[in-house]
Amino acid sequence: MPDESFVGRALPTTGPFQVGREKVREFATAIGDTSPLCHDREVARAAGHRDVVAPPTFSTTFTMPLIEAFLKDPAFGWDYTRMVHGDQRIVFHRPIVAGDELFTTIHVDSLTTRAGSHMLTLRCEVATADEPVATTTSLLVTQA
Amino acid sequence: MSEQGPVVAGTELPPLELRFTRADLVRYAGASGDLNPIHWSDRVAGIAGLPGVIAHGMLTLGAAGRIVTDWVGDPARIRSYGARFTRPVLVPDDDEGATVLVTATVTGVSDGIAKVDIKAVYDGKGVLGRAQAEVLLPE
Repeated sequence: MPDESFVGRALPTTGPFQVGREKVREFATAIGDTSPLCHDREVARAAGHRDVVAPPTFSTTFTMPLIEAFLKDPAFGWDYTRMVHGDQRIVFHRPIVAGDELFTTIHVDSLTTRAGSHMLTLRCEVATADEPVATTTSLLVTQA
Repeated sequence: MSEQGPVVAGTELPPLELRFTRADLVRYAGASGDLNPIHWSDRVAGIAGLPGVIAHGMLTLGAAGRIVTDWVGDPARIRSYGARFTRPVLVPDDDEGATVLVTATVTGVSDGIAKVDIKAVYDGKGVLGRAQAEVLLPE
């Protein structure tokens, strides 16, 4: 049984995660995105960006490992082996580009149990040292 | 997109066909850091109650998002994106892999931002629910 006392809490902020240019290229290639803005620094700069631009779902590369670590921590009591990803939303306050140094704070927004399933909503607030960058919301489901 | 006239509710984006093979899942596992074996091991997928290896939901979501980023021309113009994962995409261990057809329609434009509804169909059924992106249109 997951520990409901975590609901409403924020976990300690982690980071910085440095957004590497080669990681952006590798991720873009893995989702089949051939846009030169994701691959070619000069093209990205000509379009007004500081460096190559990350595809919209890139944040999963650094948020999901943090979520995984939390959910595998016995302190929370979550059955990670039976978990499925139910829903994912990403809101951008500004684009993620190579060179960004990002800090992530996980917020445990809600935990409900119905129809034999635990449904957990985790929100990641992603920011640089100076400004918010993205808010990602993940609905995770496991058997009760 | 400039050649297609003004963007209004009902504007359809050029459709996109995605194909995932086991090699694509392995590549995505490495690039994303999601090493869950249900995305590369039939044995573990079977233990999890699946008929076989399935694509990462985030791979389907990420690749389907290209219908919007290709259309608008710059991934930095995406203001929000998300979906519900409604059905798994089974990826057989062959050269053909799994095919997902992606379509998208503008549902409204406000303050230069288009709301786009996205559909992703595998084996005749939708695999993403309530898939929507908000896109800042070029001036």
